[in-house]
Amino acid sequence: MTDAAVFQARGIGKSYPGVRANDDVSFTVAPGEIHALLGENGAGKSTLVKMIYGLVRPDEGDMTLNGQPHQPADPRAARAAGVAMVFQHFSLFDALTVAENIALGMENPPPRRELSARIAQVSQDFGLPLNPARRIVTLSAGERQRVEIIRCLLQNPRLLIMDEPTSVLTPQEAELLFATLRKLAGHGTAILYISHKLEEIRTHCDRATILRHGRVVDSCDPREHSARTLAAMMVGGEMRPIDRSGRQAGEVLLQVKDLSLPAPTAEGTALKSVALTLRAGEILGIGGVAGNGQDELLSALSGEARSASGSILLEGADLSRLGPEARRTAGLLAAPEDRLGHAAVPDFSLTENTLLTAGARRHLVRKGLIDRPAARAFAQDVIRAFDVRTPGPGTAAKALSGGNLQKFVIGREVMQAPRVLVVNQPTWGVDAGASAAVRQSLLDLAGQGAGVIVISQDLDEILELSDRFCALNEGRLSAPVPTEGLTLDQIGLMLGGAHGMEVAHL
Amino acid sequence: MIRLVPRTETSAFWQIATPVMAVAATMLAGGLLFAIMGYDPVSAIRTIFWDPLFGPAAGYSRQQLLVKAAPLILIASGLAVGFRAGIWNIGAEGQYIIGAITGAAVALAAYPAPEMWIFPAMVVAGALGGWAWGMIPALLRNWFGASEILVSLMLVYVAQRIAAWMAFGPMKNPEGFGMPGSRNLQQYPAASNPELIAGTGAHWGVVAAAAAVLATWFLMSRHIRGFHIRAAGTAPRAARFAGVKPETLVAFCLGLSGALAGMAGLFEVAGPAGQITDKVGVGYGFTAIIVAFLGRLHPVGILLAGLLLALTYIGGELAQLTMNLPAATVQVFQGMLLFFLLGFDLLTRYRLTRRVTA
Repeated sequence: MTDAAVFQARGIGKSYPGVRANDDVSFTVAPGEIHALLGENGAGKSTLVKMIYGLVRPDEGDMTLNGQPHQPADPRAARAAGVAMVFQHFSLFDALTVAENIALGMENPPPRRELSARIAQVSQDFGLPLNPARRIVTLSAGERQRVEIIRCLLQNPRLLIMDEPTSVLTPQEAELLFATLRKLAGHGTAILYISHKLEEIRTHCDRATILRHGRVVDSCDPREHSARTLAAMMVGGEMRPIDRSGRQAGEVLLQVKDLSLPAPTAEGTALKSVALTLRAGEILGIGGVAGNGQDELLSALSGEARSASGSILLEGADLSRLGPEARRTAGLLAAPEDRLGHAAVPDFSLTENTLLTAGARRHLVRKGLIDRPAARAFAQDVIRAFDVRTPGPGTAAKALSGGNLQKFVIGREVMQAPRVLVVNQPTWGVDAGASAAVRQSLLDLAGQGAGVIVISQDLDEILELSDRFCALNEGRLSAPVPTEGLTLDQIGLMLGGAHGMEVAHL
Repeated sequence: MIRLVPRTETSAFWQIATPVMAVAATMLAGGLLFAIMGYDPVSAIRTIFWDPLFGPAAGYSRQQLLVKAAPLILIASGLAVGFRAGIWNIGAEGQYIIGAITGAAVALAAYPAPEMWIFPAMVVAGALGGWAWGMIPALLRNWFGASEILVSLMLVYVAQRIAAWMAFGPMKNPEGFGMPGSRNLQQYPAASNPELIAGTGAHWGVVAAAAAVLATWFLMSRHIRGFHIRAAGTAPRAARFAGVKPETLVAFCLGLSGALAGMAGLFEVAGPAGQITDKVGVGYGFTAIIVAFLGRLHPVGILLAGLLLALTYIGGELAQLTMNLPAATVQVFQGMLLFFLLGFDLLTRYRLTRRVTA
């Protein structure tokens, strides 16, 4: 098997100042194999794939690709050697067409007509329906991902790296993606698949290499293990099961009535007559494919955007015309999706970042004066209570890993004891251990009688947390349905409609 | 081949080293320029940077240091607050001129009343005049999205025309034998801004500049408004999420920097300059931009940078007198300083590495 390996890493090590990102990492990917790379954030997955893709050079160890030594100086060399990578965030130009975008990413693009023919050929072969003449701006997230994949496939890669590809897809779109990956594997391409979604890896991957603290801790056939065991291997201990008990829906806390807002930017989504009711002790899940009004809904609730009077009521008081600070004082708190730059100031320390939202409720600011010791103590409390791994409250927010910063951001809001907390994508890009902690804290908050709204594209998360579910589609919110007994497929159809589903018949 | 690699953290060392390097490079390039022009570069540099403090005429020129540094520091303190928030007031020169006019107007209207309230009232009027001139770009930006950079800059030229009109028209000294320019406020005790301690050059403007340094330091590091300003400058969405209204911030920053510039204008016209002429604006408002950046937008840095730039003014004049260097020398020096500073600034955000040819 080793002789036939497409890719092999032996004893790879990489250090950054103060961090051993990879230590003696060895693994092998066979042709036609879908190989999962599993690990918490900060376990060293990104560093590892960056080395394979030529973005970072290893300190020690060696890699082989097709039996040849693989030491790419830059991504161009890696691509020439047969490595392709689909990143989590797309790099596409909205105003250009599919074919133009693909041509831009190629070293020597063939004439447009030939390229279009090749795109058509590849999309036919691998079940990736895509019209080369369409503009990116008209495509759904799933279709945009197809553009990235086709761009990779045109290079005839031997090894395809996919970084959390399903985080932006509906379940149906994800199924289509896996069908494609299977076909690709059938042609002998090796696929290195990075994901946090254990179920997905269990269903679709042939092998899993598990990383923890930069080292390979295990290698297994994920189909033979439960999600719980895989998670335990990742975090190095038994996972605490989520505890949903002890909650009871009480009086109405938040009422949103006929909330309409124009799109804030050309790419934004208008909110169209959104209505919802949230009770004490309840978690309401709002699902939807990215770009259907999630950010806009959060802004309208947080106070960043103001709406017509009477559209947002907290315990009967009209908050629609108030700004974020007044709403926090009233008890309506929010945690936006984008941790760096929206929920936190990247260059500021954690202590300073508490001042962003907790000034009034935690008395960190009195008569305009900052009480630094109090802010530091509060940051320290959040760090302790939410197990934020950081040298201390003086660390800049941008120096934290995604999962740790997310724990801090959620912790900062939860520890202000809100009446209603609205979170958007609370565990996006966060590893299993941190996700579980964040989710449990939301459940506990509801258990204490607060109302929680979870806006998320992760449907497992919504099913796990929420009592009722609404779908957000092009700025419209569906009527709520109880999550009890709801299946992923039913949810997918609620979300579906306009986006990407026209290809489901393939 | 040398390549620029972005730094993950802005380097604290280079934050302090780049201004020093910029000053050194300015001296080198300036010396080179003087050599080409046929002057002795060493003695020219010494005349500009050394003689004002320690040379034969230092007794006189040392007093000038505070006189020149005060308006620079006062104006730069206000500008730096706005620059931190990404609000670019380039028109402090205009706010300075309008402040000088409105402040002087109080004195000229009260003349020859001897009351104690006159000078304080002039300070308030000067600040209000500068504030109002700064609010024009602020409101135009908030209402119509007009660029405050362009509007504030263009208003400088409007202010200059108003100053000329005042000097030749409404404010002309009735006892001035037809000469343009207002009454000399230095000769009007209730309105003058005298040297407070003989031999130091320190007038009320120096006191105000020191107070401004302390106050802006307090604002930026201890007050939530300063926190919001810093947040808005580096992460506008996060600031908005915290509850900052961008419009309020624009009005606050342009108003504050306008008021401080206006005050600086008043102190100048009631003190060292003495009267409103068509040349009230001598460029402090523009030089203060260099001071703010050279001082890293930090109050203490601004204090040091203000003194340094004041030195180039005095040294430049001295070099004109003793070595016949052209009058534009000072401006060339100040321009080079900003140029080198912005150039070297690259090093705070990027590392230089040698590229290994593949």
